[in-house]
Amino acid sequence: MFYRENGQFKTSYRADQQIFPIAQDRWVILALIAFAFIGIPAMVDEYMYRAILIPFLILSLAALGVNILVGYCGQISLGSGAFMAVGAYMAYNTYIRIEGVPLILALLSGGFFATLVGIFFGIPSLRVKGLYLAVATLAAQFFCDWAFLRISWFTNNNASGSVSVSNLSVMGLPVGTPVEKYLFCLSFLVVFGLLAKNLVRSAIGREWMAIRDMDVAAAVIGIRPVYAKLSAFAVSSFIVGVAGALWGFIHLGSWEPAAFSIDRSFQLLFMVIIGGMGSIMGSFFGAAFIVVLPIFLNQFLPVFGEVFGIGISTATVSHVESMVFGALIVWFLIVEPHGLAKLWSIAKQKLRLWPFPH
Amino acid sequence: MKFRQITTAVTLVAAAITGSLVSTQAAAQAKEQFFPALVYRTGAYAPNGIPFANGFVDYLKLTNERGGINGVKVIYEECETAYATDRGVECYERLKGKNGGATVFQPLSTGITFALTEKAPIDKIPVLTPGLGRSESQDGGVFKWNFPLAGTYWVAADTIIQDIGKREGGLDKLKGKKIALMYHDSPFGKEAIPMLQERAALHGFQLSLLPVTHPGVEQKSTWLQIRQSRPDYVVNWGWGVMNSTALKEAQATGYPREKMYGVWWAGAEPDVKDVGQGAKGYTAVMMQHGAEKKSDVVKEILAKVHGKKQGTGPAEEVGDVLYMRGVQAAMYGIEGVRAAQERFGKGKVMTGEQARWGYENLNLTQAKLDTLGFKGVLRPLSTSCQDHMGSAWTRMHTWDGSKFVWSSDWYQADEQIMKPMVKAAADKYAAEKKIQRRSAADCQL
Repeated sequence: MFYRENGQFKTSYRADQQIFPIAQDRWVILALIAFAFIGIPAMVDEYMYRAILIPFLILSLAALGVNILVGYCGQISLGSGAFMAVGAYMAYNTYIRIEGVPLILALLSGGFFATLVGIFFGIPSLRVKGLYLAVATLAAQFFCDWAFLRISWFTNNNASGSVSVSNLSVMGLPVGTPVEKYLFCLSFLVVFGLLAKNLVRSAIGREWMAIRDMDVAAAVIGIRPVYAKLSAFAVSSFIVGVAGALWGFIHLGSWEPAAFSIDRSFQLLFMVIIGGMGSIMGSFFGAAFIVVLPIFLNQFLPVFGEVFGIGISTATVSHVESMVFGALIVWFLIVEPHGLAKLWSIAKQKLRLWPFPH
Repeated sequence: MKFRQITTAVTLVAAAITGSLVSTQAAAQAKEQFFPALVYRTGAYAPNGIPFANGFVDYLKLTNERGGINGVKVIYEECETAYATDRGVECYERLKGKNGGATVFQPLSTGITFALTEKAPIDKIPVLTPGLGRSESQDGGVFKWNFPLAGTYWVAADTIIQDIGKREGGLDKLKGKKIALMYHDSPFGKEAIPMLQERAALHGFQLSLLPVTHPGVEQKSTWLQIRQSRPDYVVNWGWGVMNSTALKEAQATGYPREKMYGVWWAGAEPDVKDVGQGAKGYTAVMMQHGAEKKSDVVKEILAKVHGKKQGTGPAEEVGDVLYMRGVQAAMYGIEGVRAAQERFGKGKVMTGEQARWGYENLNLTQAKLDTLGFKGVLRPLSTSCQDHMGSAWTRMHTWDGSKFVWSSDWYQADEQIMKPMVKAAADKYAAEKKIQRRSAADCQL
């Protein structure tokens, strides 16, 4: 009843090709963004920002990047953690080595170097496919772990190999309080989200999808696999690199290579798989699932135990958290193999008929 | 059917959330000092994290049995970090505002310490890192909120070299010797390197660096290197499963355990127990205490906490090395608050900022330590605005196949060497962060 496009006639190609052709979608998304910018700062506390919202935003951005590569171009990559690390460390080096460099420029330079590394480690994708490529991209992970641990130039010769930044500001405005950090990350996410959405709708996005669906056929109709695959690696690692820089600069403030270990790569890949491959929306769902759910379980279980008068120890909570989390992943993948984004689109389909299905 | 399930779930969640809100409100009213406990009872480092956490919590319970801090009850809440930095940061954010605000954070992880070092000055909560963390954070002029009480990694590295020198018959005899540092490849492991390099340049021994990646179960290549180069001594800078693996590999390689030294995080029962006789002769530097089953404080904990079935963990492990490390850490945490109360009002709840003053002006005399039950366990400690460490004494203990026995006298880290290093590193940090050294007036606050 509420969600129907009846009567919305398109009179120009422009109108027909916009991101959200249905007016309701458009309004909901705009309202959501407005709420994120204005509503949320008015209602949540510091813990919510620091522990949930900021990590969620940054990892959504990273998942978005990974989704372009894995979901849209079909190149499975286990090197995302490494690209995040490159972003973070190179942004750090730009930030401390060039006097007076603006923060945004430093973060983008992290993305730029991640792009270079991404293209380099994307070269094997021209020959190897699927799971073999995943193994090949693991090399990126191990190489970057090694480089940032061993080459002391990257860490500014810091004895412990841990680097840190503080007193960040953008155009004179400080980025120190949780609200400022949140808005800063949110702005990045909105801009990159819009760019990514438009990229995947453009000619290059269609090339990626053609390569994903069948690379031989794509080559036959005139798509250059070299260009398509490497551009996917480039765009993906740029976004992932910027996310890595944000993770280091904004979320952690002080980090070591362990923050971007192989676990992070897996985590990002799982976000994409659970959220929905080849869906921008899915990246957000996936990130929310992976970031928020464990924390929620961790806090909810002791309370849940108290309701029944059982005191659950810290260790048990942690174990149960892993078990429930694992079980939920399996359950979701069985119920909806195409990820949470597919559930979302099914819900939208149903909503069009609701409440009069017949 | 589906709908009903969802409704039930939603109701349960709602009920739970309301319940938790009510309980936090109730807690905020009493006169209670809140000590958050970042623990790791799961993950790769759990075998070492558990005894520490048990000791920490048991001492807080004991403090309540003794009547609190001048009547102020101690409360705590555990948060599981699994030794992961991002989880630790989440725990910090979760606990810092609870129950009227956290007094002090004691993360048992160098990685988490580094992250909190950036956050603590903003939130005005001190970070206590007895025996861990950044070595240069000893410099209170730059690190206002950090307190590596009773020892830093540089103290450990320095005194290990002193003990090796003594064994060889003088530090000058170290010339031409080969010493290998086998370290956990993380900020924790790397902390030792600058001090050992400094000492190597001074005495002319050859230092080789052998990193072991997290979690440390894969050491075959490291031990191959050791077999090839045959260093005179191996210093093991490990944590968790890395330590017992190192000892097993040493046994397999045939490297004499008598020539192996461990840092104080690599010299506890979980590290050597599985290896048993195979670890005989292995020596570790100790941050003052060792396994202290016979100490007064352990007896008191057994009587007043475990005796009332309030103990955390098995009673047999009370008094083990890492358990004592937890007790020691909790004691420093409590005594800082007590010192702060002397100034800001006895029997009052201290804020993080007030507690910080307490940690900076901590004066634990031997008499005071004896009354707390640490006779023969700990040495006096006194901190100041400049010195946030307060004591640089260590001693060595050696595993005899079934228990640890003291194998050296007391050592004190060499001020001549350490002081300039601390100052240089702290100044570098200050320059990088663009922070000013604290003025004399700031020290009075």
